[in-house]
Parts: sequence; C-alpha cells; structure tokens
Amino acid sequence: MQLIVFIVATLMVLVGAVGVIVRKHPVHAALSLILTLFGIAVHFVALEANFLAAVQVIVYAGAIVVLFLFVIMLLGVDASEDLRTDPITAQRPLGAIVAVAILALVGTSIIVSRGILKVTAAGKAVKAANNLRDLARSIFSDYVFAFELTSVLLVIAVVGTVLLARKLPKPEPAVKS
Amino acid sequence: MNAVMIAIIEPQPIWYLMLSALLFSIGAFGVLVRRNPLIMFMCIELMLNAVNLSFVAFSRIWGDIGGQSTVFFVLVVAAAEVVVGLGIIVSILRRKPGATADDISLMKG
Amino acid sequence: MISAAWLIPAFPLLGFLLILVFGRRLGDPKAGYLASTMIGAAFVVTVGVFFDLLSKTAEQREHIVKVWSWIPVNGLGYNLHVDLAFLVDPLSITMCLFVTGIGTLIHLYSIGYMHGDPRFSKFFLYLNLFALSMIVLVLGSNLLVTFLGWEGVGTCSYLLISFWHERESAATAGKKAFVTNRVGDWGFMMAMFFAFHATGSLNYHEIISAATSGKMSQSTATAIAMFLFVGACGKSAQLPLYIWLPDAMEGPTPVSALIHAATMVTAGVFLLVRMSPVLDIASHWGPTLIAYIGAATALFAATIAAAQNDIKKVLAYSTVSQLGYMFLAIGSGAYTAAIFHMVTHAFFKALLFLGSGSVIEGMHHEQDMRKMGALRKLMPVTAITFIIGWLAIAGVPPFAGFWSKDDILLAAWQTNKFLWAVGLFTALLTAYYMTRQVMMVFFGKARWHDAHEEHGAHGDFVPHESPKIMLLPLVALGGLAIVGGVINLPFSHNTEKLTTWLEPVIGRPFESTGPKIVLAVVAVVIGLIGIAGGVLVYNRHKAPAIEPEILARGWYYDWAVTRFMGGPGRESFEATAWFDANVIDGAVNGVATLVRATGGEVRKTESGRVRTYALGIGVGVVVLLGWFLVRGLM
Repeated sequence: MQLIVFIVATLMVLVGAVGVIVRKHPVHAALSLILTLFGIAVHFVALEANFLAAVQVIVYAGAIVVLFLFVIMLLGVDASEDLRTDPITAQRPLGAIVAVAILALVGTSIIVSRGILKVTAAGKAVKAANNLRDLARSIFSDYVFAFELTSVLLVIAVVGTVLLARKLPKPEPAVKS
Repeated sequence: MNAVMIAIIEPQPIWYLMLSALLFSIGAFGVLVRRNPLIMFMCIELMLNAVNLSFVAFSRIWGDIGGQSTVFFVLVVAAAEVVVGLGIIVSILRRKPGATADDISLMKG
Repeated sequence: MISAAWLIPAFPLLGFLLILVFGRRLGDPKAGYLASTMIGAAFVVTVGVFFDLLSKTAEQREHIVKVWSWIPVNGLGYNLHVDLAFLVDPLSITMCLFVTGIGTLIHLYSIGYMHGDPRFSKFFLYLNLFALSMIVLVLGSNLLVTFLGWEGVGTCSYLLISFWHERESAATAGKKAFVTNRVGDWGFMMAMFFAFHATGSLNYHEIISAATSGKMSQSTATAIAMFLFVGACGKSAQLPLYIWLPDAMEGPTPVSALIHAATMVTAGVFLLVRMSPVLDIASHWGPTLIAYIGAATALFAATIAAAQNDIKKVLAYSTVSQLGYMFLAIGSGAYTAAIFHMVTHAFFKALLFLGSGSVIEGMHHEQDMRKMGALRKLMPVTAITFIIGWLAIAGVPPFAGFWSKDDILLAAWQTNKFLWAVGLFTALLTAYYMTRQVMMVFFGKARWHDAHEEHGAHGDFVPHESPKIMLLPLVALGGLAIVGGVINLPFSHNTEKLTTWLEPVIGRPFESTGPKIVLAVVAVVIGLIGIAGGVLVYNRHKAPAIEPEILARGWYYDWAVTRFMGGPGRESFEATAWFDANVIDGAVNGVATLVRATGGEVRKTESGRVRTYALGIGVGVVVLLGWFLVRGLM
C-alpha cells in the first residue's frame, strides 16, 4: 500500500516538474507546479510530517501558486516563449550537463552512504500523532528567536514589494536593453 | 507473488532522497534553460521543494523534529522571496512588457 | 572613589558631546557655563580621588582603572594587549588636579573673555575636548592611551590657535604648531616602538619594572629616553622645536593661558617624569643632553623675551624659558623639582596670561606694550594680581616661583656648576624682562591717549577693568601664586610634602648637600638685581633700554628656518616630491593599470545575462559537490 502511494506521488512530482520546464505557457507551467507540490505534500504525509503537508498545500499550492497566476493575469504574460532554440550559445547542453552532474554527484553520495540512511530507532519511535506538538515545541523553544525574526522578514518583504511595485509619480523612460 | 511484494515493501528513506536529487536537478535545469522570469521562479520553487523533501526525509531518519522546523522556516523565507521576486518582475515587466530574462542585461560589464 | 577615576575624563567628554549637539542652541553664555560645570565636576572628582589616595599608605597609591580592553591581539609571535585604562597614582593625580583646577578657572574666565564672539559655543567645545585629551594624556596607564591624549591636545591646540582663522596669521600659526608637533609625535612613536620591542608591552608598569629590574639594556633605555625627549621637545617647546609656541599667541588669550602655559606644554615634562626610571638607567650623556638643552632654551628664550613689545609674546618666550628650567631639572635628575616648578609655573603663568588677556580686553584689543602704561589705577584688580605673578616668576620670596626655581638651581648646582650659572643668569633676565613688562604696562606715563588718536578713534577712549567673571579666576590664581610654594618647602622632610607624595612614583631625590641657604640668597639677590635693573631702565629712565634688533627678532631663528626651508630644504622636498611622483606613484599607478587591464578583460565575461550567471553558480555547485564527494570517499 505504502509502495503504491509512493509511486503515485512520485509520478505526480516528476510529471509536474517536467511539465513546469517544458510547457510553453506560464499558466500551464503554474498548474504543473501545483501537481508537483501536491505530490510533495503526499510524501510529507508518508514521512509522518503531517503539519508540513498541510502547510505545503495551503501556503504553496494555495497562496504562492495563486500569487503566480495572479501576476500572470495582471501582466498578461500569455505570450509563450519559443522553446525550440536558446539565444545563448551552449546554454542548453551546459545546463543539461550541470543538472546531470548534480544528480550524479548527489545520487552517488546517497548510494555511498546508504548504510546509515535507514530509519533509526529514534525515527521509528516518532509518532505522527505527536507531530504538531513536537514541531511547536521545537519552533517555540529552540528556534523562537528565528521564528520572531521571520515575522520581521515578512513585514520587510511586504513593505519592500509595495515600494517596488507601486506606480511612480513620473514614469521614468523605458529600460533599454 | 508480485502483489504480495508490493504490499510488503516499504519505501526506504533513500528513495525519497533520490527523488529529491532528481527534482532538484530538474529544477536547476529549468532555471538554466527557461527565459520567462515567472517560470524561472517556479523552477526555483521546485528546487526549494526538493530540499524540503530531503529535510523531511532526514527528519524521519533521525527522528529529529529540527528538520521539520527548518522546512517551516524555508517555507516562510520562500514566501518572502516569492513576494519580493514577483514585485521585481512586476515592476520590470510594467516598463518593458514581454521581457525575458535575457532582455534584462543592464549589468553588462 | 578611586574606581570612579574614569569619571574625570567622562565629564569633559559629556560636555564635549552636549555642546557638540546642543552648542548652537545653548549659545552665549550658557554653553560656557555648561563647559565650566563639566570641567568643574571633573575637578571635584579629582579632589575626591586625591583624598582617597591620601588616606592610603604610600605603597597602595598605585591603581589601574580599566575601562575596557582596547586592543587584544594574540599570536604572530607578539602579544599586544592594550587596555583603555587609567593609572591613578600620585603623579597623575597631581597633574589632574592642576589641569582640571586651572582648567576650571580658565573656562570661567573665557565666559567673560569670549563674550560676544560669533563662535562662542565652538570655543567651549574645543576647550572641553582639550581638557578631555589632557586628562587622558596624564591618566593613561600605557603609552598608547597617553599618545591618544597627546595627539588630542595637539589637535585641540591647532583648532584653538587658529580659532580666529579668518586672520591669515592665526591660520598660519595653527598650521605651524601642528607641523612642528608632528616632529615631536614622531619621536614619541619611535619611543613607543622601542619600548614595545624591548618589553613586549606598552604599559608603564611593565616598562618601568623592566627598567628598574635591569631587564632593559642601557642602550635601549637611552634610545627610548632620547626619542621621548624628541617628543617632549615638540610638545614642550624646547630648542630647536620651540618655534611654534610664540606664534601660538595668535589664539584667544585663555587658550594661551590654558594650553600654552599651564597644561599642554607641560605634557613633555610629565612624560619624561613618568618614564623617569628609564631615564635613570640610560647612558649618562642622555640626561646631560636634556639638561643642556633645557638650560640653553631657558637662556635663549629669556634673551628674546627681553626685547619683545607684544604683551603676549613676552609671556610666550617666558613660558619657553620656564619650560627650559623644567628640562634642566629633569636632566639633573630632580624630577620632583620639575613637577614642583610645573605646578607653580602653571599657577603664575596662567595668572600672567589671564592678566594680559584682561589688559588686552581693557585696551580694546591692543597688544603693543608701547601703547600702554599707567594702567594700574584704571585696572586695579588686574594690576595687583599681575604684580603678584610678576614677583612669583621673578623669584622673590615667599612667592611660589621662588621655592620651585630654587629647587631646580640647587639640583643644577649639584650636577653641573656651569648649568647652574646659566640658570642663574636666566633668573636675572627673567626678573628683568618681567619688570620691564610690568613697568611698561602698569606704571609710567599713559601712552594710550596718543596711541589711540593715531587710529582716529573716539577721543574719550579709556581702558576699563574687566567683568567680575574674569577677575575671579585672576584673584584665585593670584592667591595660589602667593602660597603655591607651601606644597614643597625645603625646611625639613615634613614640609617637603610634594616630594613625599610623589616618592612612590619617582623615588626620593638625593639629599641636597649644596649650600642651600647661600644659593637661595644668591638667587634672591640676582632676582632683585634684575628687578632693579628693569625699574631703572623702564621706570626711572636712568639707563637706555637695550633692545637689540637681533633679540627682538628672536635671534633670527625663525628667519633662518624659513630661509633653510625655502632654499636647500625646498630643493630636497622637491626631490622627494619628484621621487614620490615618479617612482612611488609610478609603482602605485602601475599596479592600478595592471588591475584595470585585468579588469577590462575579466569584465567581458560579465554578459549581464542572469542565466549565464546561474550557469556559473551551477558549475560551482558541481565542483563543490565533487570536491566534497571525493574528500568523503577518500
């Protein structure tokens, strides 16, 4: 049963991810992204991180992707880009090499250290039912200072964005490429 | 026989880690080859999610809730990053509609 | 109370900051009162610390008050630990007492003197900064903190001399003081480097214990002492670096009194006394050189003072001369006598300067003594206090100057009869030129009527007495100039209070074996002869005044320096400039050109395309991952 869940969720993740990078239209890419994010949320549940799964769906799949779609609608960025060629010479092959190299290196590391990457006794003892309590205890005791700082970060981000995106009284001449 | 195997075999943590590595690579590739700034952003989200997945997997392996706390903070920072990044994109595209990442090269040396 | 010693510099610092922020709003005269209150508070704290020290036994009178760790450096073969710490001991507290005490009086005086000046609050800003620097200088527990104060007083001196910088001469005088002081600063720094090299520390405690325990070699000690002396020459206006001090009279008169008579110029003397154990183990020629230079400066400046017509210039050269006495004392090993003379000199010279300021103010900014005369009836308080100062500096008993000068002459007698004779002759000249000044200013015929008509000003011009706030410090200093000698009367050990007080720091001077009483009588007679000579020439006009041109021009020393600097000096400067422009700048420019050329090539890789950069990051990630993996697998 768990295996089936894993396979289905993994397929969701991978199909969505590939969809993000191959779909021409940004709206389609955003919808593919939702698929990936849901797949990740399923994996979170399988890994007994229930709270994060919920946050993943609400914040990522909900808020952030909606934000993406909203910006797409706002700007009318529906002109799809030409994916047949890349204007920068050798960007694609080099990008592919880099991506494959990252995968190969990280994969090698994982396989080399597969012996210790098994669920430990402590890992097995963790109960999903206690997940929320454990997480809350961790965030509000060990990381309380960082947690408070994130509120500052969010406020700054909001204020900064308002400042960035507002219309200037006198529009400056268009940026020349 | 097969059906029994499927029922018994439990997914191992390193499968999640491998999936995480694969997702990260796809995301990185997307950032490198896509030109639409919005889609580049989505690819960055893919990479962040890959890392989150590995954090949660490690948290499961060691039974340490700290990994999940880190994911929580990554989520918050990602939200802030998306807000600011989209703000920048909006202000760029408003001045130069239909611009791609390659068109914005004012920092050329 | 001792642990509160950090409050002594803290109050002027607070005053400085407050005036910096609110100075303009406070204005005239509130800024002055604020500054005076701050320095007054520092004085009160100093008195408290003084009494606290007094209640302890002699051995327990050395305390280090650490404020914070300033430079903590470990490793590289050297351990450099410098704390911002204050050394509270009899010597530093003695200095602090008269720096803050006289400082307070002069601050009060300045409120009256600077009244109406457009930059009134800025003046007090500088005065408080100066007080802060001077306190840091004397309280510093290591050479670096002292150097901090040393540079601070130099800067303040520059700022205050050229306070009226609209006047070309004031601006030039400020620059001259600054540049000359730099020479002295070089000496100080060299001494600091030598001391650190020899002892691995900059703390007085370590340096002095290295000197007294014999760890420091004689040659090192000599080098340190001589470089310190170079520094002291610059700050305390000794030959050949005295030239800035007479010009420094361009500053407002309270500045002349505070900086160029009572406090800053004594910094060199203080420094040498502080490091006296090093001087003691230096080669014999070192202290002898100091004594000779001191005596030469004393004589040289006294001769010049005898022919000056500017009321402040006379006092300026007199200050140089008196500082020469102090160096004579140090060179003779009589450190207590040097400090004693420093204190009494601070009393009476501050008094004389403030008196001259009062005269200048009363004469509507006239400084030429030839245009004064008969002022004693119009300015009675100024006249009486000035006369007290005159008798004190001329060495008439029982005024303060007599006792301290006598101490120095006694020490000179014991080490070198020739230097004693020079000192004695200088005493004669001192009495003479001061008498000349007093006679020209306060006695004789009133010459300001005709003088003023020259200017075509109002016919009813009458010099007036100064306001009370200026007279109060005069009276206080006058009292001190009379009784200042009691701190070290040479009758018995009990009356030599200063000697006993300073004993833990600089040791007990050798027992004086000379014919004390005979020498004292000789000195008094010489002083009286000088006074009589002055009276005869300038009051009774029984003899023609001898004021050769060469003396009025200060032995043409300034002229010679200017000529030298303008001639061969200029050529060598230009050669240096050429070397700098072509060789050094060439090297510097070459490096810059290389960097620019490399940058020009490298910038081509900056396409401005964000995806290219992302690719760069990706490649970097791959390299790093590979590196970690390889290291992990090995």
